[in-house]
Amino acid sequence: MNELQVELKNQLEKYRLQKIEPHMEHDDETEEFRMEIFNELGSLGFTGMTLPEAYGGMDLSYEDFSIALGEIAKSSVSYAVTISVSSMVQAILNEFGNITQKKTYLPALTSGSEIGAFCLSESGAGSDAASLVTTAKKTILEGRAGYVLNGSKIWITSGGIAKTYIVMARTGGVGGKGVSAFIVRDGTPGFSYGKKEKKMGWKVSPTRELIFHNCFIPEENLLLTEGEGFKIAMAALEKGRFTIGAIAVGCAERALDEAVRYSLTRQQFKQPIFDFQGLQFMMADMATEIECSRLLVMQAARDYDNGAPNAKLACMAKLKATDTAMKVTTDAVQILGGVGYTKEYPVERFMRDAKVLQIVEGTNQIQRVVIARNLKKEYTTH
Amino acid sequence: MWFFTEEEKDLQRLCKDFASKELAPFAEKFDHDEAFNLSAYKKMGELGVLGITADPEYGGAGMGAVAATLVMEEFGAACAGSTLSYLAHSILCVNNIQNNGSAEQKAKYLPKLITGEHIGCMGMSEPEFGSDAVGIQTKALKNSDGSYTINGTKMWITNAQYADVAYVYTRTGPEKKNLSTFIVEKGTPGFSVGKPIHKMGMRSSPTGELVFENCKVPAFALVGKEGDSVYHMMKNLDIERITIAGISLGIAQACVDQCLKYAAERKQFGKHIGSFQMIQKMISEMATETEMMRSFLYTTAKRYDMGERGPSMAAMVKLALPKMATKIALDAIQLHGGYGYSREFPLERMMRDNKLNEIGAGTNEVMIMIIAKNLLGKAALE
Repeated sequence: MNELQVELKNQLEKYRLQKIEPHMEHDDETEEFRMEIFNELGSLGFTGMTLPEAYGGMDLSYEDFSIALGEIAKSSVSYAVTISVSSMVQAILNEFGNITQKKTYLPALTSGSEIGAFCLSESGAGSDAASLVTTAKKTILEGRAGYVLNGSKIWITSGGIAKTYIVMARTGGVGGKGVSAFIVRDGTPGFSYGKKEKKMGWKVSPTRELIFHNCFIPEENLLLTEGEGFKIAMAALEKGRFTIGAIAVGCAERALDEAVRYSLTRQQFKQPIFDFQGLQFMMADMATEIECSRLLVMQAARDYDNGAPNAKLACMAKLKATDTAMKVTTDAVQILGGVGYTKEYPVERFMRDAKVLQIVEGTNQIQRVVIARNLKKEYTTH
Repeated sequence: MWFFTEEEKDLQRLCKDFASKELAPFAEKFDHDEAFNLSAYKKMGELGVLGITADPEYGGAGMGAVAATLVMEEFGAACAGSTLSYLAHSILCVNNIQNNGSAEQKAKYLPKLITGEHIGCMGMSEPEFGSDAVGIQTKALKNSDGSYTINGTKMWITNAQYADVAYVYTRTGPEKKNLSTFIVEKGTPGFSVGKPIHKMGMRSSPTGELVFENCKVPAFALVGKEGDSVYHMMKNLDIERITIAGISLGIAQACVDQCLKYAAERKQFGKHIGSFQMIQKMISEMATETEMMRSFLYTTAKRYDMGERGPSMAAMVKLALPKMATKIALDAIQLHGGYGYSREFPLERMMRDNKLNEIGAGTNEVMIMIIAKNLLGKAALE
């Protein structure tokens, strides 16, 4: 890490220990999201790290951003995810939005006064996202050109607390080429929130269904042109893969930290349980897997920063880091034994939070599909 | 299994039917509310399984480990939390009194425990003595009138808050093995229940502390004679480990069933997800592992019923099954993607519940110690 990254990490560590950590067990139980935490992370500059300064961002790299996300995840996977998704929305607007769209929506997102949400999945279109059926029909309403949205979206991270939504809807024929991307604001007539999902983990981060019923969106809210939506979504997911990987690394690091500290102090059979080789080997494996994951994630971020994004490596980073987070958090609960299973220690929460990292931003099965597809390409084009 | 008796097959049918009507429909609610399904417990009394291994003369079913394991499997597939409470009652309390209590103690306690009028629990673990159980520090001092005064705290006690009868291990002398067992009734002055313990899973099974402050119990409360506890513990451990593994088998089977259903319903990329080889691999492996679990578990239970004993027989079952079931439950969630992570499906609860089985009734690591000591003899120690 360079000097700046060390400083970022230290600043975040101080903040999360003082302001996030004390609330987490309580808020996990009550499923409460604290907007003031998000706002404060914003005033510290962490909600728009990779955006240009012109729009209120910090103009930092994805490598820096990955370090920050990992640090926040050590106290709360939920807040890290909220920031990661909101930043993805900003990246979409910055890359594909026109000047007016950028000026209108970016400042509130980069400053952390508002949250952004990315809306692709539907009940029948999960891994097979290109089969989505939410429609956007071109229309003219009271003299204004625009589109009418009908359909619903599920699994929307920050649904209900976000103000700016990037919604993928079908404007043309079947498949990815018929999909367009729209900017939809909270409060737009015809746009409402469905049920809040009850989940195993990520309890502080609300996940909601979005419902569009004859919801009119003015023409100026279309991103690029019709039919570009799927391309926009896939470009966003490219970054989403290693940022989720970065969160997974933070989550796993915290679990290892708890396991090592506990096993050094817990005595059974008249010795610290750390001295049992069975536990030493578990923790040695945990530490090794975490380092592998971190190196992969950082390399994928660096490749992206250097203008040479490597899809295969990004998928590998997501796959390895999230599988590692699941394994390491499960082992940490095991090392803490009975107390690890209770809410007195945070490891069970991190284990529940880790599971969905293997599912979001493309399930780990889909990552393998993409990795294999790239392998095939490498071997058949030479 | 081919060796099940007609009586065992009938029991299995009865329990499957009971579980589908009385346990499964309420499992999500009691998990969410962290509450005990007392009404289902009472109905288990009517069903006749609360004293599954107890003598018919006290109202028991007079059956063995195979039968008890069948109940665990069927109940465990529907609601593992209720099943864990059932296990603590029927195996940890009732079976212990049945095997070690005097005729007077059995006549006094068993009938009400078996009808469901009373609930039982067992107190072994303490805050500082978990895996190292023989080190327990709760003291029972003999008074001049033959009564005993108990002081100390028991931790992780399943059913603590609901128990009318507690089967408690205490220290009655300075030597490591000077441990004695008492039956303590609810309402005895000086005996109270400490704070409830909030857990990751098994939330419908209450867990708490038993607190003894100058709690005076009559000589009648002593089970067997002073110093018998280690013998009592060792005698009951095998059936405890076999039956708790039954809950893991139930969970694994329920996961397989749910995956089969989902793979045939869910379509992505225009096909049933069951047509993808990756899904086929997951399902085939989890079903194969479940069959292995079933054969190993019931064969061991049958050997136990035929009188075979050995330190690593049950420990191997307890090491293998819960571990495999956690993996199966995690894979089942993964196969269901976002839905698997949500509380709409029972899978995330099953995973959280099953994790306990890798910790309770001896952690995986303690099973490894037992098996290694037995296999390696002196070489494991020096």
